[in-house]
Amino acid sequence: MYPNDRVATFIAQNFIPVKIHIKQQPDTFKRFGVQWTPTLLTLDSSGVERYRFEGFLPVTDFLAQLALGLGHTAFAHEQWREAEERFRSIVRDFPETDAAPEALYWAGVSRYKGGDRAALADTAKQFQTSYAATSWAKKASVWASR
Amino acid sequence: MDITWSNNVDQALAEAKASGRALFLDFNAAPL
Repeated sequence: MYPNDRVATFIAQNFIPVKIHIKQQPDTFKRFGVQWTPTLLTLDSSGVERYRFEGFLPVTDFLAQLALGLGHTAFAHEQWREAEERFRSIVRDFPETDAAPEALYWAGVSRYKGGDRAALADTAKQFQTSYAATSWAKKASVWASR
Repeated sequence: MDITWSNNVDQALAEAKASGRALFLDFNAAPL
């Protein structure tokens, strides 16, 4: 299923991996509200879902989505510094993916939540030159005048 | 690196709680 070594290594190093087959465990599909395959979920250590995505993706996009899951998990636990670093690593390592502008947005929010009051305005400025055509840039644009 | 998959969600949840690690759940329909 994961022939790419980068993907396999990332999963093995960062998660407890569970594979659920639709024919073998249909009740588990219902339990988590999964209606399509593949659906990939990130749960925190308490079992709370923090991120999900559906569909097959190229390796870099897949890795970026996995990293988003870890970022959102840290964010949900108010681990602002770790969350910011997780999100920034996506922008740095996978800048061409759809996950990158989302990660830039949440990196700014994480920095703001961590106490940096200039973080939102800084992020809005970054969106003026990076990922300007994305919905994430629109969402960040309201921060420009802060 | 090989992945050691579990197919037991509840067992994996217990392991996650004990270790503090996140879980990755792959719902799939790959040929058996």
